[in-house]
Amino acid sequence: MEKHVVVIGAGPAGLETSASLAKLGFHVTVVEKEEVTGGHLKKWHALFPNLLSGKDALESITKGLDSTIKIQTATRVTGLEAVNDYFTISGHNGWQEKADAVVLTTGFQLFDSHRKEEYGYGIYENVITSADLEELFASEKEFLNRHGNKPERIGFVHCVGSRDEKVNNLHCSKVCCITAVKQAIEVKQLLPDAEVFCFYMDLRMFGRHYEELYKEAQEKYNIQFIRGRLSESTEDKEGNIVVKVEDTLLGKPLRIKVGLLVLMAGMEPAAGTKALTNMLGLKNVSDGFIQPLDEVLRTNNTEIPGVFVAGTCTGPKSVSDTLADARSAALAVADYLKS
Amino acid sequence: MEKKAKNFGYTVTRDRQIDFDANNHDICKIVAKAEPTLNLCISCGSCAATCSAGQFTDFSLRQVILLLRRGETKDLDKEVSKCMLCGKCQLVCPRNVSTRNLIIQISRALCDNRMPGLQIVNGK
Repeated sequence: MEKHVVVIGAGPAGLETSASLAKLGFHVTVVEKEEVTGGHLKKWHALFPNLLSGKDALESITKGLDSTIKIQTATRVTGLEAVNDYFTISGHNGWQEKADAVVLTTGFQLFDSHRKEEYGYGIYENVITSADLEELFASEKEFLNRHGNKPERIGFVHCVGSRDEKVNNLHCSKVCCITAVKQAIEVKQLLPDAEVFCFYMDLRMFGRHYEELYKEAQEKYNIQFIRGRLSESTEDKEGNIVVKVEDTLLGKPLRIKVGLLVLMAGMEPAAGTKALTNMLGLKNVSDGFIQPLDEVLRTNNTEIPGVFVAGTCTGPKSVSDTLADARSAALAVADYLKS
Repeated sequence: MEKKAKNFGYTVTRDRQIDFDANNHDICKIVAKAEPTLNLCISCGSCAATCSAGQFTDFSLRQVILLLRRGETKDLDKEVSKCMLCGKCQLVCPRNVSTRNLIIQISRALCDNRMPGLQIVNGK
């Protein structure tokens, strides 16, 4: 009999895993809590480092799905249980499936920037998040701040909700540095006369062509990088945001006014991830992301045979890393089911 | 008035904060135009580590560039005058900043006549 795999979560990781599993000859059902598949990618305007449009990326991923794959949307998984050599999975709406293997692709959620109250998100209108900025880019409207003005200066704050034990997130979200560089360039393309500043602790340009993009940001767009973590932002009477930061390379406190402040919100494990690991009795590690069987060798396996993981549920990843991880998970599943 | 104020027996301490909006950014713009590799600096400190002048004074090109970028140009002429233009920094810079010309252009932009030695270097 054809083996059945249930993939939980239909973001880039879930879709790519499903497509790969179907190509390997498995019967696949992918279940998604939202009404529409695509996860965070459907709200993202452009991807680093080549500015590929999020829409095109998602279209390309979706094109890989063949007609045998069952897509079950608007279904939140509320039950997941290992029974003998198979799993039963059930949803809040009564949906139920049996599977020979399960792949968790539950992804991440964006850090809620309200929690860093001192940065003023939700308090000052001209403090927005990196996700808000992507929406603004995608809308293709004229680039204005929330007061309807063209901002003369734009600031980007790195590590919001990342590398910060005050919000219980010790981890680095990995993609925000290069996203800030990408978004800073996009802002300069829309507003060539604007001045753009990035406030960072470290710049982690780990991927291929990331350092090049950073250099281009400096050389071609004159984007300024100030090393220091923001202490606070306040609003002046014109609605500008006044930022306080230590310029740690000069060893002096610095104050600067910007017309728009963008917070680079980090990645946290999705709420659904925790619920599922609890159902399965998988160990949660302190950062909340799922712990694979081995972080070097068995990155798609878990301690439960037949339960696999892919994408950002095991830690922050770029879209390209997520897709590669998804394809790798499909092979791990095949290895398990064919043995 | 000035004298009276002094007689009160206290002084006003100027705060150390860089007031970016109050600072003058023209010098930086002039220098960046004359030597565009200024924008490539990543503050790694290689220049300052190899600097001969830096062995004997507190001169640091890394700091000079940052002060310039922040518009803190008040005492910058004194700083750059410590440079001997030996060019070792240019050999070590990982981003190929034209450091030697950068110093010259900073001096020029700040005030040519305060550094007569540099005028000769520039063939004036």
